[in-house]
Parts: sequence; structure tokens; C-alpha cells
Amino acid sequence: MLGRTAASLFWMSRYIERAENIARLTEVGYRISLTPDVGSGHREDWKSTLIAAGCLDGFLAKYAAIDGEKAQYWLLFDRDNPSSVRNCLETARNNGRAVRTALTREMWEALNSTWIEFAAIRPADLASGRLPEFLDWVRMRSNLFRGSLLGTLLRDEGYHFSQAGAFIERADNTARILDVKYYVLLPSNETVGGDLDASQWETILRSVSAHRSYRHVYKDRYRPWNVADFLILSPEMPRSLRFSCEWVNRATAGLSAATGAGASAGAHAGALLDTLKTANMDAIFRDGLHEFLTEFLTRNNAVSSAIAADYNFI
Amino acid sequence: MKPTFFDEMLLADGTSRPAYREVARWLEERPRGMIRKKREEADTIFRRLGITFAVYGKEEANERLIPFDLIPRVISAGEWRFLERGIEQRVRALNAFLYDIYHRQEIVRAGRIPAEMINRNAAFLPEMIGFDPPRKVYSHIIGTDIVRTGENGFFVLEDNLRTPSGVSYMLENREAMMHLFPDLFAKHRVRPVERYPELLRETLESVAPPACKGDPTIAILTPGIYNSAYFEHAFLADQMGVELVQGSDLYVEDAALWMRTITGKAQVDVLYRRVDDAYLDPLAFDPTSMLGVPGLFDLYRAGGVTIVNAPGTGIADDKAIYAYVPEIIEFYTGEKPILNNVPTWRCGIPDELAHVLAHLPELVVKEVHGSGGYGMLVGPAATKREIAAFAARLKADPANYIAQPTLALSTCPAVTDTGFAPRHVDLRPFVLMGDKVRITPGGLTRVALKKGSLVVNSSQGGGTKDTWVLED
Repeated sequence: MLGRTAASLFWMSRYIERAENIARLTEVGYRISLTPDVGSGHREDWKSTLIAAGCLDGFLAKYAAIDGEKAQYWLLFDRDNPSSVRNCLETARNNGRAVRTALTREMWEALNSTWIEFAAIRPADLASGRLPEFLDWVRMRSNLFRGSLLGTLLRDEGYHFSQAGAFIERADNTARILDVKYYVLLPSNETVGGDLDASQWETILRSVSAHRSYRHVYKDRYRPWNVADFLILSPEMPRSLRFSCEWVNRATAGLSAATGAGASAGAHAGALLDTLKTANMDAIFRDGLHEFLTEFLTRNNAVSSAIAADYNFI
Repeated sequence: MKPTFFDEMLLADGTSRPAYREVARWLEERPRGMIRKKREEADTIFRRLGITFAVYGKEEANERLIPFDLIPRVISAGEWRFLERGIEQRVRALNAFLYDIYHRQEIVRAGRIPAEMINRNAAFLPEMIGFDPPRKVYSHIIGTDIVRTGENGFFVLEDNLRTPSGVSYMLENREAMMHLFPDLFAKHRVRPVERYPELLRETLESVAPPACKGDPTIAILTPGIYNSAYFEHAFLADQMGVELVQGSDLYVEDAALWMRTITGKAQVDVLYRRVDDAYLDPLAFDPTSMLGVPGLFDLYRAGGVTIVNAPGTGIADDKAIYAYVPEIIEFYTGEKPILNNVPTWRCGIPDELAHVLAHLPELVVKEVHGSGGYGMLVGPAATKREIAAFAARLKADPANYIAQPTLALSTCPAVTDTGFAPRHVDLRPFVLMGDKVRITPGGLTRVALKKGSLVVNSSQGGGTKDTWVLED
């Protein structure tokens, strides 16, 4: 397999995962803007959505002030935002197109029809309450792609590169969401915890589609400690850092087995997983949640770089 | 209605030719709604598969489908035998010509072609002089453009010896037709085309370089996803089971060409390049090229890799050389040309320029190095103003143009918004030359979908048809 092919598969999956995550973040931002203003105000909420999506700086370079309509456009359609849903879907498709022969027909059709249907949507069509429907559609398309990948792709190197990309992106996304609101999760907040905080905690869970599963696991009201535990250390929660890292490790192990290469990627991914396996929330809060998350993001990124270096991504 | 042009299907009395009898009956039986439904179905098939075509200079529409017309173009067994013989004669002669002009230039010494036509030609590559490509083949993959003007009137319009495209449409059109109209195939004995990828692979393997021991590794070199024919590059790589590479995937080291793989490197023996000569190797040609591979050309000359088609083949399909092809065939084969050339005026010659300028409204004028229907004048279809503007360009640089009579291209029925109607067609059979000549029966029929238009290029609103060669 060409190094460039591996890179394209990796990034194709990363961008589809990112499109889905951006859609979910936008959905949460939109939902907050519909709920009565408690305290800090809407503007702040779109700001944290932009930060969690990792694109606040770009937004402020283009627009003077944050408002809901502009933030939505920026997150979904703006060509100047490299992580807008439009750019994610287009980049994913271009990567898929560049390695067309490494994809199954189902995967290609999922990518291609998504892009074609997206191109026909005009931002103006989303006014008058059609935004949620559109965001659902984005998530469905991501599911369609993921389903066709899982259902049709040979479990060879190509599969492992795709999985590595998807789960590195997912871990990155979850860590960012936590980091934006880490202060509302600090134990000292629990005692304070009024309605505002409870809704903030719920927002975090919604951003990773975990507000229902939380109840199943903890059988309790939202508590910041549990929320952090669920999203960081839970081996069952499919968007937690621990879960994502498990899958990244499966991918790097699969690649090493198939190629005999990838020592550095395997070491980085393995060490990061060990950190999560041996961590506990006491220690994380004691040493600083923000510091923990910052370090995680750096190390997760290092796994990505090690894969690129080990496997000759150009 | 009596057709004013030669019609592929209808005879002058309105009945259909034997080869089209079943197709004509089928067209009569089909309810209109059916055709509309099948058109939509075909559109979905192609779009889903990502068969799109990038049109240069139209950013908003940088990917669109080439229209596919549902009515097949049918060629009888006898017609095809004739075409096949003519094409083989032509490609063998042109390859012999290429070998000659990069060696002793006997044809020039014999006074059959002026020396300056070769040596001053921008498509002549001095770097190729004295080099023997494997099997002495230069152009391995050829798309001979043929038009028809009458029962026996076949003309070769262009030889396309560099990197002809369109073969993926030939293959996908057939797939789509078999999917849409299986009943029609049951009533005909249509010669299959799907072996093309296998034949291409055999052809490429047969020209492995001297340094290659064992089974040669083949790769297709593409300029990348923004190239207009990218779909075809990926399609062929997939069908042949070979890697699709870009320049950045390749490097030359230790007298070999390598691909960068996830575990290190893998050697490439035969490179089917879909990149123009100028961009192949920044050390040998255009130094700014990002599409090629530094050192590729030296390696090629040293026998470490085979480049397909060979660099420098453009000299033989240059539109100025085109006028000499009948001479070329006679010179190298000792035979009369089987297929006609279109009479051609070379505007670089003052007398011929004067004739062309006096007859612009009747002529087709083309740039010598142009392709894809860009920068050409179709006299009968042009306005007075367009003709005047073109005349000025022609006078400013006459040697850059040739002119030909406007050919009465044959017509074939096509589906239009107002029902079936005759539209002009041409034919591009795909020819492979390695250890032998392999011609896939049929080829790509291009159709000018605009009423009255004679320009079939997809960049100018042309479409394609499935092309059937019938068995006896």
C-alpha cells in the first residue's frame, strides 16, 4: 500500500468523524439558544461551541462579533473554516477519491452521494426550523459511511488506517468538549450546583450523545464527577477517551501485525492507553482536569504524528 | 424524414440498415415514458459511481457527468473488419515512423517529409534520439478518431498517440446498457469489450524494460484528482489491479523507480503515465513540474523503467504531420492506406493560407497542438464576427493552424427532449500495441447532442453512446 493511500484513508475517516462531531456540537449550540437565558447569555454559549469545535480564532478573524446565525453558517457551510461540515465532507470525499481503488463501492457511494446531496443544500433552506433535520442528516450520513466501512471493508491495513483516523479524531473531539467546560466539572462546583450548572453538565453529555446512557450507567442525577468519569475513563462509553484509545490501539496493533512496522506509533498509542487505564478521577482532579486534558490532546496528536511517520504518509 | 447526412441507422427510403433492424424495432415499441425513466436511472448509475468529468475553466461545475445517450451505435461485422485492418496498418506505420525519426530519419532523407517539419516541431523531443524503447514501440495506447461520411466513407480525423482518454466510458457505457436493457442484448450478438483492462495489462507487461527480471510491476501515474480524466485513471488501476500513483509517491534510486509504501518501497517496472511529456521529469523537462519524478527520464533511457506511451510520441499525431500520414503509411508498409485522411491545408504555407482565409465559412480550422475542441473554428456554425476574429488570430500565427473541409459527419438517432432525432457522431476505437496489436471491438462513440452541431467533444457539450460491433 502506498504511504499516500494510507494517509488518505486515515484522513478520510477523520473528516467524516469530524463532520459528525461538528454537527452534534452545532445541535447543542442551537438547543441552548432556544432555552431561556440563564445568567451568562447566548453569545457565550456560541462562543464555547466555537471553541469546542476548535475554530473560534478563524471565526473572529472573519467576523467582528459572535451571533447565532453567523456561528451556524461558519460551523456548517463556510469555506473559510477548514472544519466546517462542508469542508469536512468535501475533504473526506477528495481523500476517498484519491484512493478510490482502496475503497469498497459502498463506501464510495456513501461518500459521494453525501457530497452530492450536501452540494444541493442551500444555507437559506435551513431557516425556519429545518436546522435540526439537517444536522440529523449529517449524523445519518456519517453513520452510513461508518456502516458501509464496517460492513464491507477487508480487515487489512486500509481498515486499520481508517479506524485509527476515526478514533483519534473522536478522542480529540471529546477531550476538547470537556476542556471548554472543565471548570463546571470541578468538584468544588458540585456543592454550588444550581440549575445553571445542571444544564451545563447536560450540555456536555449531549455534545457526545451521552445524556441518556449516563442515566443507564449512573442511575443518578447529573453530577460533574460522574460526567467527567464517564467521558474520560469509561471503557463502555463509545465516545470516551478510554474507549477511543482502545480502538486506536487495536488499529496500531493490527497495522504492526500486518506490516512489521509501526513501532513508534504502537508505543505512543500504548502508553496513552496505559495512562487512562491506570488513572482515577481523584488523581485527575487533584492534579488538575484542565492540565490532564491538555496533556491528553498533545499525546493523542503525537500518536497521529507517529502513525504518519511510521507509515510514510507523505 | 429523409436524412440529409449519412445516417447510421436509416436508409434513404426510411427503412433501417440490417445491423440496426432490432434496435429500430425496439425504439418503435418503447413507450416514451420508459425512455425517460431509463434516462434517469442511467444518470443515477453514473453519478453514484462518480463518473464525472472536470471541465476546465468552469469552476462552479468542476465535476459533471458526460451525457450518456441510450441508443446504441451499431457497427456491422463487415464494417468492423475493414476498420480494424485500416487501424492496425495505421498504428504500425506511425510507430515505425516514430522509430525512424528518432534514429536515421530515412523518411526525411528520402525527401518525403521536409526536415524542418520534424526538427523544428515543438512535439519533437531531441532527448529521445538514438534511444530504443522496448520492442521499438512508442505509442502503446492509441485512440484513433474516425468519422464517417458515407456508406464506405471512413476518415481518420486524429491519431491520438499521446495519452488518449475515454476508454473508461466505453467500459462503463456497456455496463450501464447491459444493466438497463438486458432484453436488447439477448436479441443481438454484441462483441464484448470488457476484456480491455486485461489486454491493457498484457500489453504493458509485454514492454517491460530490459532490467526487469520476473513479473513486471505496473503502475499508473496520474496528475491527481483535479485532472479531467482522474476517474479513468482510478478506474483502470482498479480494473487492472495495479497501483495508482502520483509523482510524489515515486522516486528514482539505485537505478530503479520506487513507490513509497507503508513499509518502505516497492519497485515499478512499467509506468503507464497519464501526465504530459513536459511534466514527467523536472530534471529533464519542465523544471517547475510537481507532477513528475526527478531522474525518471534518465532511468528510462538506461533501461530501468518503461514509460508508456513513450515521451516524444506527440510528433506523430501533431496536426501538421497529420497531412503526411498517407505518405508515412506508404513509406513504411509499402501499402496504400486503407483508411482515408481528411484533406488538410497547412496554414504555414502561404498559398494554402490564402485558400483557407478565402474559404473560412466552409472550413474547420484547428490549432496544430490543440485538443479537446478548444481554440477551433467550425466555419459553417460560426457567426461573421467569430470568423473575423478567428481570421485575425490565424493571420497573426498561421503556422499554428491547419484547416480541413467541414465533414458531413454521419448521424445516429439520439434521445432528445422532443423525442428521437438524428445527431452527429464520431468513433474512437481503442488500440493497444505491445508484442502485438490488440483492438477492442467498437470503442467510444461520441455524439454532438446539440441539434446540428458537429463538435462531439465532451468539453463542448458532447455525449457518448455504447458502441456495438455485431458478430456475423
